[in-house]
Amino acid sequence: MHATVGGKEILKGVDLTIKDGEIHALMGTNGAGKSTLSNVIVGNPAYEVTEGSITFNGQDLLAMKTEERAHAGIFMSFQAPIEIPGVSMTNFMRAAVNARRQALGKEPLKSTDFLKIMREKRKLVEIDQKLMNRSVNEGFSGGERKRNEIFQMAMLEPTFCILDETDSGLDVDALRIVAEGFNKLRTEETSAMVITHYQRLLDYIKPDVVHVLIDGKIVKTGGPELALKIENEGFDWIKAELA
Amino acid sequence: MSESNEFVRNVAEKKYEFGFTTDVHTEIIDKGLNEDVIRIISQKKGEPDWLLQFRLDAYRYWLTQQQPTWGHVTLPEIDYQAISYYADPTAKSKDSEKKEIDPELMKTFDKLGIPLEERLALSGTAVDAVMDSVSVKTTFKEKLSEKGIIFCSISEAVKEHPDLVKKYLGSVVPPKDNYFAALNSAVFSDGSFVYIPKNTRCPMELSTYFRINARNTGQFERTLIVCDEGSYVSYLEGCTAPMRDENQLHAAIVEIVIMDNSEVKYSTVQNWYPGDAEGKGGVLNLVTKRGDLRGVNSKLSWTQVETGSAITWKYPSCVLRGDNSQAEFYSVAVTNNHQEADTGTKMIHMGKNTRSTIISKGISAGKSQNSYRGLVRVTKNADGARNYSSCDSLLLGSECGAHTFPYMDIHNNTATIEHEATTSKINEDQLMYCNQRGISTEEAVGLIVNGYAKDVINKLPMEFAVEAQKLLSVSLEGTVG
Amino acid sequence: MKSEQQYIELYNEAGALIKQKSCPVMNAVRDEAFRVFEAKGFPSKKVERYKYTDVDAAFAPNYGISLNPIEIKAPQPCKEGDARKQYVFSLKNAPIDLAPYYNNVADKADALTALNTALVHDGLLIYVPKNECPADPIQIDNWLQGTAATMMNRRVLVILEQGAQATIIINDHAADKQRFLTTQVVEVVCKDNSHLDMYEIEETTPLCSRFSNVYIREGRDCSVKHNSITLFNGQTRNLCDVYLTGENSEVTLNGCVITDKNQRVDNNTLIDHQVSNCNSNELYKYVVDGQSVGAFAGKILVEKDAQKTTSQETNSNLCASSDARMFTQPMLEIYADDVKCAHGSTVGVMDETALFYMRQRGIPEDEARTLLKNAFMGQVIDQIQLRPLRDKLYVKVEKRFRGELDKCEDCRLCK
Repeated sequence: MHATVGGKEILKGVDLTIKDGEIHALMGTNGAGKSTLSNVIVGNPAYEVTEGSITFNGQDLLAMKTEERAHAGIFMSFQAPIEIPGVSMTNFMRAAVNARRQALGKEPLKSTDFLKIMREKRKLVEIDQKLMNRSVNEGFSGGERKRNEIFQMAMLEPTFCILDETDSGLDVDALRIVAEGFNKLRTEETSAMVITHYQRLLDYIKPDVVHVLIDGKIVKTGGPELALKIENEGFDWIKAELA
Repeated sequence: MSESNEFVRNVAEKKYEFGFTTDVHTEIIDKGLNEDVIRIISQKKGEPDWLLQFRLDAYRYWLTQQQPTWGHVTLPEIDYQAISYYADPTAKSKDSEKKEIDPELMKTFDKLGIPLEERLALSGTAVDAVMDSVSVKTTFKEKLSEKGIIFCSISEAVKEHPDLVKKYLGSVVPPKDNYFAALNSAVFSDGSFVYIPKNTRCPMELSTYFRINARNTGQFERTLIVCDEGSYVSYLEGCTAPMRDENQLHAAIVEIVIMDNSEVKYSTVQNWYPGDAEGKGGVLNLVTKRGDLRGVNSKLSWTQVETGSAITWKYPSCVLRGDNSQAEFYSVAVTNNHQEADTGTKMIHMGKNTRSTIISKGISAGKSQNSYRGLVRVTKNADGARNYSSCDSLLLGSECGAHTFPYMDIHNNTATIEHEATTSKINEDQLMYCNQRGISTEEAVGLIVNGYAKDVINKLPMEFAVEAQKLLSVSLEGTVG
Repeated sequence: MKSEQQYIELYNEAGALIKQKSCPVMNAVRDEAFRVFEAKGFPSKKVERYKYTDVDAAFAPNYGISLNPIEIKAPQPCKEGDARKQYVFSLKNAPIDLAPYYNNVADKADALTALNTALVHDGLLIYVPKNECPADPIQIDNWLQGTAATMMNRRVLVILEQGAQATIIINDHAADKQRFLTTQVVEVVCKDNSHLDMYEIEETTPLCSRFSNVYIREGRDCSVKHNSITLFNGQTRNLCDVYLTGENSEVTLNGCVITDKNQRVDNNTLIDHQVSNCNSNELYKYVVDGQSVGAFAGKILVEKDAQKTTSQETNSNLCASSDARMFTQPMLEIYADDVKCAHGSTVGVMDETALFYMRQRGIPEDEARTLLKNAFMGQVIDQIQLRPLRDKLYVKVEKRFRGELDKCEDCRLCK
């Protein structure tokens, strides 16, 4: 698959299959195209797929709108979660949950049921109630934002998650909460693509497969040991192999 | 962006649920405007001579004036002779001693969500319902009068409380204030009168509901609120009209007098018929609203949510005469299709240590034009005046316009005046974030717009806030208790 | 009699003489301009762009009109053998055909531009050919001289060819304590990828009235900085219109106004974004003292197709006395949706805590106020790229605040 952003080709032929229940780690240098790949999967309109296809549970993702992809069970934890002034977290989540229910042909949740679920899921990621009354991500600290992403994941129960540098900027405790929260939410079917620069996240979320993306292509694929080697030695040896 | 356009169209057009007409016997006087017509209006209302003279003076002045052209709106040529200046839907029962309200009228107001039977009323709200030129009913009058509060139609006030009316009518907006004020002063029909006596906190929200029904009539309502020393009142105003192909003229005046240490909150949800998608029909909403903060420590707060009308020309203003007086203006104006709004406020600081705040949010879509126009004036003796203005515009679609025209005239070296404004389109990142969470673009726009307008919506009393949120099409926030 | 009548009569009487002293390119548009003026007369305060200046009153006194020829001396070499190229010409002796430019950038419907076009007999051309960049700033000094009340009509045409670059300084001085009325029209044509840094500095006397209309048209990839500095004057009305007609261009308008006594300064600007991807910035600051009146009205117009426009307009003002008055009116008029535009305007008082802090350290109150005013204006002066001018203006602004600059200090003639 090839993709461009702002007319510039970023992904230059990526071929990737993720099976149910699998965790794939995606590593690579800055600007290699990791975020582009995740944005393309979720359908950010700023990115254009010029060649290839993306199939999710037999559905052609590229033919679907962003929200339809979300309803299908795709969730992205944003690298930089967006602030939406004036829209409270509660109302935001209610809109998201009920939109998905509607897409699945279910009745919208009653207010009391919804708030009950909110309460349960909040505990999972140890997120404070007071954040729920604030506007989406407004005035949240870096750690709170990342926890809030996992909280939203809990609410929306996706089957495929993209964690785009969810660990960056988190201290050890926050990392543990976020990663353990993710693990608790996982089911046997949940698959994920974890984008990270660091092994420490992968200590918690153990990948089945590790890919290295450089200059818009997956240049190396291996097991968990590949991530360890990159942590210790960087990417130069891979580049040397390619040269 | 086409989807978001559709959203706003939904707000402004599809959701115009109030476009029906009421089939009720209405006495309408012949079209046209001249001194005889004014005499007839005055006579029908049984007015004293001074009021007839007031009307005639205003009319004679109006004749010498030209319709103003300075707004950023394309006001059509109005044929003032093609309008009927008096329509009375209650005429049928006029003769009987105790006026019975036509059940059709009751039904109409029920349909609009304004029950006129007190037992059905929204909690804590008294209503004066005005259709065309006549007040249909005022609820809770007796209960309010126990506290000495007068809440009735202005026609009734002229009869029952002539001294108060004579003292204050035209004292805030003089008949010669502007073209449309002169017209209103000449032909005004009905509206509400509120008097809050000294040291009284009005125990309920007072509300007037305006409805234009009859064809080819103009509505020229007149509202006068007097809040005496140490008192408080919150007043709400709602407006709807049937869908008609021709423009309907609405030229109102609202006058508010606020004495020492008293406070008035005035909220409007304006949803006059905006015309169809091609810009045909709709209400021409040409309104002069002004509050005179005469007393020390007096407070006035204007909150408006403007979604209707083909053309809106309206600047609810505050004259901060009393020392330490405070004024606020909060506005959300949504325009779509061919709507044009030129709205804002005037803050005239005359007393010492006066403060004013202006928060304006414009949302333009379709082919509409949405302008903020405001004046902040600090006169020579208004030491220590402060004003903060913030005017934001949101653009949905590439064929609309959003404009900001603030005027500041500062004649005092101890004043602190700040104005800021931004104009931008709806944030694509926010839309994308909502989409990723499974929220459709249409709903996401609704959420974002409502968040954007929140500062203003929050200023409205609860029942109105809900209505306003619905108008801004946020299904979720409306259902949260 | 309304004021315009005497100018209509003047033209009817002296039009032939003006034409005789002028040149074909100017005469070609003269009669038409006169008809515009005759039809419109002076704009009243009801005309939106003139609401802060009583034009009629300013033009009411009886002025003589100056028809002196403009002589341009060939540039002198700084060093021996270092021949200088000529970039400044009189309109009568232009090296290129001016018909496509002259009176074609200006707003022909503006009554004051029309009056200037009708009455002006000669003017200056600054012409920078393709890809050239004069080594030094081009400086124009206007000396108002005369033994009787005189009206000066000035005209400047600036043409930067593609890739050209220039720095231009226009100074206004009054040499005599006399009533002078100046009308000025400056037209600037910036062709693609040209870059202009322009300064207008007014240091005249309370007897002077200045009506200046500057019109700038930018092609693509251009950058223009226009700085308007009013240090000392009587009555000033500056209009500055910028038309962004090519993509990827930018414009910066800066203004610095210091007034006291009965001075009046009215700046009225328009930045017209006609095409996409342009950027504009505007910063005007006023300190109004005494019984003076300051006015600022600036409109950012973003036309329908001007997507991706970014624009920031700021007007900050200090009212330094209880009799001074400030009008400010920043405006956004936007017809494109993909834009980021903002304006801000403040009228404020001096920071009392800063004043107190300085006084506590022993600085006298007046001195502390001067320091604060200087700091306030410093933000505009900081933007000036031309280093020697910037340094000079720091000094001048400070002197102005100290009351040491109550006449145009550079005039060797006014001792």
